Amino acid sequence: MSIESSGTAEPSTPSTPSEPSATAGRAACAGATAARGGFIELDGLVKSFTVRRKAGVLRRTKHEVRAVDGISFSVARGEMVGYIGPNGAGKSTTIKMLTGILVPTSGRLTVAGLDPARERTRLARRIGVVFGQRTTLWWDLPLRDSYHLMRRMYRIPDARYRQNLDHCTELLDLGPLMDVPVRQLSLGQRMRGDIAAALLHDPEVLYLDEPTIGLDVVSKAKVREFLRTVNEELGTTVLLTTHDLTDIEQLCERVMVIDHGRLVHDGGLDALHADGGSERTLVVDLERELPPIEVEGARAVRVEGPRQWLAFPASASAAPLVAEIAAEYPLVDLSVREPAIEDVIARMYADRSAL
Amino acid sequence: MGLYAVVAALGFRRYATYRVATAAGVFTNTVFGFVMAYTYMALWDERPHLGGYGVAQAVTFVWMGQSLLAASSILGGGFEQELAERIRKGDVAIDLYRPADLQLWWLASDLGRAAFHLLGRGVAPTAAAAFFFPLTLPDSPVTWLFFLLSVALGVVVSFAIRYLVALTSFWLLDASGIQQITALAGIFFSGMLLPLALFPGRLGDVARVLPWSAMLQIPVDVLLGRHTGGGLAQALAFQAGWAAALLAAGRLVGMFATRKVVVQGG
Ligand SMILES: Nc1ncnc2c1ncn2[C@@H]1O[C@H](COP(=O)(O)OP(=O)(O)O)[C@@H](O)[C@H]1O
Ligand SMILES: [Mg+2]
Repeated sequence: MSIESSGTAEPSTPSTPSEPSATAGRAACAGATAARGGFIELDGLVKSFTVRRKAGVLRRTKHEVRAVDGISFSVARGEMVGYIGPNGAGKSTTIKMLTGILVPTSGRLTVAGLDPARERTRLARRIGVVFGQRTTLWWDLPLRDSYHLMRRMYRIPDARYRQNLDHCTELLDLGPLMDVPVRQLSLGQRMRGDIAAALLHDPEVLYLDEPTIGLDVVSKAKVREFLRTVNEELGTTVLLTTHDLTDIEQLCERVMVIDHGRLVHDGGLDALHADGGSERTLVVDLERELPPIEVEGARAVRVEGPRQWLAFPASASAAPLVAEIAAEYPLVDLSVREPAIEDVIARMYADRSAL
Repeated sequence: MGLYAVVAALGFRRYATYRVATAAGVFTNTVFGFVMAYTYMALWDERPHLGGYGVAQAVTFVWMGQSLLAASSILGGGFEQELAERIRKGDVAIDLYRPADLQLWWLASDLGRAAFHLLGRGVAPTAAAAFFFPLTLPDSPVTWLFFLLSVALGVVVSFAIRYLVALTSFWLLDASGIQQITALAGIFFSGMLLPLALFPGRLGDVARVLPWSAMLQIPVDVLLGRHTGGGLAQALAFQAGWAAALLAAGRLVGMFATRKVVVQGG
C-alpha cells in the first residue's frame, strides 16, 4: 500500500513562523532585515517584456508581455514556501528577479535587505539557486571537480566545506556518483548533485525552480526529504517553485499561487483547495473487477478492470475513506493523487465568476 | 589557488580528456603544414626574399601558423560556441547569479584551453617538420620567452574578439553567421594564409593594424627575430593595446546585455 500524500489535518492558517529557527550566526545578521519585516519582500513587483512579432514582410509590431504583473508578498526567515502556478505564469521570471539577474520593470524588491539587481554579487554569496532544467555542474568533469570549484567561488572555509559536503553526500546518496562525469548521470542523480552544489556555501535562502520536474518517484522522495531536513535543521529559507502539488503537500505549510503574473492565493494548501472546491483522487486497486465502490464522501469517477478512481474533496482527510474501503472491499493497493494545479486554478475562477 | 586559476586548470583538463580530437587535430595540422610548406617553397623559389622572409623563415612561418592555429583559436571554436549556446538556451542565467565575473570566468577557461592546445597541438607538428624542413628557430631563450608572451597576448586578443561574437547571441539568437565572418577574418588577417608583409599597398597597411595580426603575424615575427629592441616593445604594446581595448568593449557590451536584454527561457 502506498499513500503518496498524507491527510490534510493541519490547520489552514497561513504560517508565518516568528521564531527564527536559525543558527546563532544567522540570527545575528537577521537584525538588519527583521526591522523591515520579511526576509524576502516584494511590493508591487512588475516585469514586462517587449516582444517583436512579424506582421507582414518587413513590418514588426511591438507587443508587451507582463510576465509578472504587480506581485507583493513577504517571506519570513526560516519559512518554506511553495510558489506554484501553471506554465507561463511568471514563476521563473520572479525567481530571476529574486537572484538579481533580471531587473524589475517597476515595484520594490529586497532579499536579506539587499536590492538583488543592484547588489547581485553580494547577494550571490548568501543565496543558493537550483533551476530544474539547467545545471550548474561541469558537464565533462566529475561532480567532485564542480564542488571544488564551488569552494573557490564562494570562498568556503575548508572545515565548513568538508562538513557540508559530507552532509549532502550522505543525505543525497552522492557517494558513488562523486567521480562520475556529470554527462553520465541520470536526471535524478544530476538534480541531487545540483542541489548539493547550491548548499555548500551555507546560503540563507534557497530558491528552487521546478527541482522535481521529470524526476522518478524515488528521486522526488529523496529530494523532498532532503529539503525538509535543510529547512528544519539549518533554518534555511526555502522558496520552492513547482507545478506538482504533491511537492507542496509534503513540504510547505504556505503556498502562493501565481497565474498570469498575479498572485491569486497566499495561504495554506487546504484553504486553496477549500477555495476552489477542488478534489483529490484516490486510486484503488482491488483483488478483482467489481462494480463502482460506494462510500460516504467520495464518488467513483472511473473504473478500469480491478482499478477504480474515486474523487473526494481535497480539503477532507483520506484516512476515514481508506479505512472504510479497506473494511468493506478486497483492497490490494491504493494511492492518493493531488489535483493538477491547472484544475485548481480553473475552479478558483469558476467560483469567482459564479459570485 | 584562486577561483580563476582553478577555472583555467579545469579548462586545461577538460581539453586534455578529448584525446581523439587532439590526435586528429595534430594530424590535420601536419598535413596542411606539408601542403603549405611545399607551396611556399615553390613560391619563394620564384621570388626569393618575398616580404623580406628567406625561404627557411617562410617555411617556419607556415609551421608556426599550424602550431598556433588551435591555441590562438584563429578559426574560432572553443568557448564562444558554448557561451553562445548558453545565452541562446538561457543557461547563462546560471553564470550570472554566481559571485564570479562572466568575462574573467570565460577568459580563464579559454587560457586553460589555449595552454593545452599549445602543448597538445603546437609542439608535435613543428617537431615533426623539423625533420623535413630547414626551420629557423631561435637559439636564445629570451627570444622564446618573448615569443611565448606574444602568443599569450594573441590568445587574449583572440578571446576578446570571440567573447564579443558570443555576446551578439543576446540579440541575434544565432551567432553562427558572425562566427563564420570572424573565422574568415581570422584566416585572412592573422597572416595564416599569407604573411601580412606580402599584402599589397593599402590592404597591407590596414591588415597590419587590425587586431587579428596580433594572433599570428606578430608572434611569428617575434620568433623570427624581426622585432628587436624598441620595435619589439612596440609590437608587444600593439598587442596589449588591442587586448585591453577589446576586453573593455566586451565588458561594456556584457553589462549592457545583461541589464537591457533578457535571459531567455524558464
Ligand atoms: N525573455 C523573455 N522574452 C519574452 N517573454 C518572456 C521571456 N521570459 C519569459 N517570458 C514570458 O513571460 C511569461 C512568464 O514566463 P515564466 O516566468 O518563464 O513562467 P513560468 O516559469 O511560470 O512557467 C511567459 O508568457 C513567457 O512567455
Ligand atoms: Mg518556469
